[in-house]
Amino acid sequence: MSEPDWGLRESHTFDRNAIAYIRRAASTGLYRIRGFGAKRHIPNFDDLLLKGASMSRYPLEGYREKCRTSVALGTRFASKPIELAIPITIAGMSFGSLSANAKEALGRGASAAGTSTTTGDGGMTNEERRHSKTLVYQYLPSRYGMNPDDLRRADAIEVVVGQGAKPGGGGMLLGEKISKRVAEMRTLPEGIDQRSACRHPDWTGPDDLAIKILELREITNWEKPVYIKCGAARPYYDTALSVKAGADVVVIDGMQGGTAATQDVFIEHVGQPTLVAVKEAVQALIDLDMHRKVQLIVGGGIRSGADVAKALAMGADAVSIGTAALIALGDQDPAYQTEYEQLGSAAGYWEDYQSGTDPAGITTQDEQLSNRLAPEMAGKKLANYLRVLTLEVQTIARACGKSHVHNLEADDMVALTVEAAAMSGIPLAGTNWVPGT
Amino acid sequence: MTTAAGDNARIVDLAKLSRREANTVLQSYNGTSNSTLIRVLNPAGTHALACGLDAPLAVEIDGHTGYYCAGMNKHANVAVLGNAGQGVAENMMSGRVHVHGNVSQSAAATAHGGLLVVEGNAAARCGISLKGADIVVKGNVGHMSMFMAQAGCLVILGDADEALGDSIYEAAIYVRGRVKSLGADCVEKEIADRHCDQLASLLEASGCSGIDASEFRRFGSARELYNFKQENIGVY
Ligand SMILES: Cc1cc2nc3c(=O)[nH]c(=O)nc-3n(C[C@H](O)[C@H](O)[C@H](O)COP(=O)(O)O)c2cc1C
Repeated sequence: MSEPDWGLRESHTFDRNAIAYIRRAASTGLYRIRGFGAKRHIPNFDDLLLKGASMSRYPLEGYREKCRTSVALGTRFASKPIELAIPITIAGMSFGSLSANAKEALGRGASAAGTSTTTGDGGMTNEERRHSKTLVYQYLPSRYGMNPDDLRRADAIEVVVGQGAKPGGGGMLLGEKISKRVAEMRTLPEGIDQRSACRHPDWTGPDDLAIKILELREITNWEKPVYIKCGAARPYYDTALSVKAGADVVVIDGMQGGTAATQDVFIEHVGQPTLVAVKEAVQALIDLDMHRKVQLIVGGGIRSGADVAKALAMGADAVSIGTAALIALGDQDPAYQTEYEQLGSAAGYWEDYQSGTDPAGITTQDEQLSNRLAPEMAGKKLANYLRVLTLEVQTIARACGKSHVHNLEADDMVALTVEAAAMSGIPLAGTNWVPGT
Repeated sequence: MTTAAGDNARIVDLAKLSRREANTVLQSYNGTSNSTLIRVLNPAGTHALACGLDAPLAVEIDGHTGYYCAGMNKHANVAVLGNAGQGVAENMMSGRVHVHGNVSQSAAATAHGGLLVVEGNAAARCGISLKGADIVVKGNVGHMSMFMAQAGCLVILGDADEALGDSIYEAAIYVRGRVKSLGADCVEKEIADRHCDQLASLLEASGCSGIDASEFRRFGSARELYNFKQENIGVY
């Protein structure tokens, strides 16, 4: 894009994005469906800072004193809770939206780093089961590929009520990505657009869900942790009702959360920011005396060890990552710049996960493209990335004097902006002011 | 304890055992080819009863059951001598569930295989998101039955309420009585010989004698909504 001449004035209201949107709508008559997450600016963890230690807090020695990172999930009811070495999990992403190689790479990377990965809207593949030491099985409205054998060979069950990119919306997989294998796993014809349901077929509301969870537990001998995942719509009540429905673990996903295919208007305009999601979810757990008894996993726009540390300091037990994990595997790789350009995009801007044309071979079912991703190498990159996140969280935690990353606390932080202070409940730096309290 | 078919029935009494204990007894046969008859007494609307079975047991439940009775059934032959609550035989994989009374909403939801027979009526969303199982309802079915059904078959001897087969995929619906209305993308289709055969075998399997396949109308997908097109916007 060349620099505009001096004197040309771009409208804030009708900027190039707005104009491109109107022109696109006028020429197609259909809304845009795309992947990735929200691209607008949203107050986020960058708007918080950690204080570190000085006279009133003692730091731990960086390379000598231990700072533990393990997390146990599912301690409320499950007889076999999950133990993860790090508090960073891989979010549910379906086989169908992702290639089998990408799913295998996620399993390899997560297992090497001591954490879990999660199935998605499309069932469990043998590849991901084989390569994932700890595998969470999603129980979704579509129930594609759902069967009791996979339920029993999972390490935990995640009942999906919604996800951050589209709280209130169902899954979507466009015909371009419905290969023979994907179609068979979902019991649907090849090449059709799959609009999966947004509500579960056999329960409505938390009272029914409690009975549904009872059934899932009866079928799996009360062994497996049961998670409930919600998009951040009304996080306080979503969390409270999930606890009431009998969850061992609540997963709350903020609106920044990534997706494989969703209406652009949904991605950008529905749901609440991750900061709000964490604050309200933690508050609900505290009010019910369930904080640390029912574990909280938070997702949506997590990129760095700093993000993880701040989410934990706000009271989460762990985080989950989707988009960042895909980038670690090779999504947005500048080596594919020419191909991204041929598709009307660029490395760093790629969002057409729905199209199946991914040059990096991750969000595709095309055999030639998916062969570009070597699961072993991609898995190593993901493991590296997860280790960096973990080292960064430990660095921050030690600097705040904590021997376990879960000892990070809200008091270790300040907010940089009034908005972030209001949303996170962390006082504005230099004040003890939390707007709205 | 009896171990082979034909022996005296084993009794599981919910007046004496908890749900967990009762299901543990039933599930203890999982993975075997055991076809013992087990009688479950005093179910009293218990939820999640006889779910997750994976053996060709014959289970006879002597009364009414709550939600998700025989959920995710594999191989077992479960009879409910009463009414069944929401989601009976949900996600059944194989085997047979026979309810002698009425069933509540979402009967056989997402079921992949096996046969559900309902002697009475079925409430709303019977066969929702069905993935290959067969259902025979001898009475009427409620609204939105077979919503988003993907594969499998629903046979209705009585009437169907509103929006039958809404957004149906490759599943089939046969109705002997009246249909109040069809849902989006569901249309009436011709009955060919192979449909008559399918229907006749389901009628026989569910113990319906003296009813002829020619008395039914067949419904399925018009396949107009399979791909998202601007022309269809009015339907959504
Ligand atoms: C390619 C892709 C596929 C996804 N598929 C699913 C899915 O099948 N089920 C689900 O609950 N969430 C799905 N999600 C959402 C993720 O589980 C998670 O909520 C989200 O990615 C977290 O936000 P982040 O991407 O910013 O880390 C998907 C996300 C992506 C990027």
